[in-house]
Amino acid sequence: MEDITSNFDLVLKAFWLTLQLLVLSGIASLILGTVLAAMRVGPISVLRKAGAAYVTIVRNTPLLIVFVFVFIAAAKLGWFVGTPFVIKGVAALTIYTSAFVCEAVRSGVNSVSLGQAEASRAIGLTFSQSMQFVVLPQSFRAVVPPLASVLIALAKNTSVAAAFGLMEATARMRYFTNNNADDRLWIFLVFAVGYIIIVELMSVGAMSLERRWKVAR
Amino acid sequence: MTAAEASSPAPSGAGTGQPLVVLDHVNKWFGDLHVLQDINLTIRRGEVVVVIGPSGSGKSTLCRAINRLETIQQGSITLDGQPLPDEGKQLAKLRAEVGMVFQSFNLFAHKTILENVTLGPIKVRKQKKEDADRRAMELLERVGISEQSHKYPAQLSGGQQQRVAIARALAMEPKVMLFDEPTSALDPEMIKEVLDVMVDLAERGMTMVVVTHEMGFARTAANRVIFMADGKIVEENTPEEFFTNPQSDRAKDFLGKILKH
Repeated sequence: MEDITSNFDLVLKAFWLTLQLLVLSGIASLILGTVLAAMRVGPISVLRKAGAAYVTIVRNTPLLIVFVFVFIAAAKLGWFVGTPFVIKGVAALTIYTSAFVCEAVRSGVNSVSLGQAEASRAIGLTFSQSMQFVVLPQSFRAVVPPLASVLIALAKNTSVAAAFGLMEATARMRYFTNNNADDRLWIFLVFAVGYIIIVELMSVGAMSLERRWKVAR
Repeated sequence: MTAAEASSPAPSGAGTGQPLVVLDHVNKWFGDLHVLQDINLTIRRGEVVVVIGPSGSGKSTLCRAINRLETIQQGSITLDGQPLPDEGKQLAKLRAEVGMVFQSFNLFAHKTILENVTLGPIKVRKQKKEDADRRAMELLERVGISEQSHKYPAQLSGGQQQRVAIARALAMEPKVMLFDEPTSALDPEMIKEVLDVMVDLAERGMTMVVVTHEMGFARTAANRVIFMADGKIVEENTPEEFFTNPQSDRAKDFLGKILKH
């Protein structure tokens, strides 16, 4: 127990990296996922098919394999060569998570009645204006619960990066457990609590957003 | 231009302005169902045309085809001499010129009444917010909703929502207004308030295409009644002639059903 208490700064540093992975890939996934969702509900057939193909391929691939692709296989294609590990980790997490964000956003878009989109087109808004000003704002409330699940999964998925040279929380936990075999249970609990705090903050945030948008309507 | 050939002889009293909306040999299928069968129709500037017919006759589809909410497979539709563009910016521009009022109002649920009316002028016409607000308040005044401008659509009655929807369409200063069964979802006492606004609009010279079963409105405001059945225009005439002396059996049968209550 002494090792972890006297080196607690290492624990915090590891969770800081976990948070960086989470926040950066979370933001990137929200953007890419929303773009993909717009492609999938849009009027252009080629983009619709491209969006659907992306979701099918990525959502059916284990995250570990996406990581293997980004960290190892992509170099053969000349991609991500010399990219810092953190960015590679963010890229792998983003590629994977945006497929799920896309489907969550799409379900939200489908929850907005077709009449809203028709009315916005009827006053002359273009497709992207109609999405931006009418459909997406109304879909947010319906999107919050599934999106929260996706982002919570992302928070835990950052641990896959431990296998790829990133000293985030899970990798740090393994480092401590390897050196202090007797205290494994305690070390495990410390890190588990860390993850629980992150995830719990996210679900509280999601709940308050949901409540606020309920009133705003 | 085949507009003159495509138009049916206008009954007396119909609008005498230039052709504004011209449908030329328009055909549309939903799968195997031939919903619009060789429709030829010319609507002149200032004319008020009521489209009437049994459900499934294609009258709503006809109305929605005019601003391309429904695509057609054959024939052409022109607005003010311009053929309807395909998807994209051009189509959006055209739709801004065509006002549309829906059966289910379709007000933007997350925006206030005022914002509903100003969204198009600000985002499409690029008007300044103050100008758009001022104009919107004038229009809301005209349809009798100005006191509710800060409320959300769900806080208004159906009749009020539909009047806001009319104001929203008018804010774009459209060349023609399409009404797709504007009173069918309303309680009887609210129908009148909406029809009053529409009659006022007709009297101000707005070109209107109105899908409705409201005989009173047709008699008061319409220049022409078009009777559709099974995807075809079966009969067209002045309202008076059509209601008192229908020519086709299909129209007699239909009028018999809706008038005997």
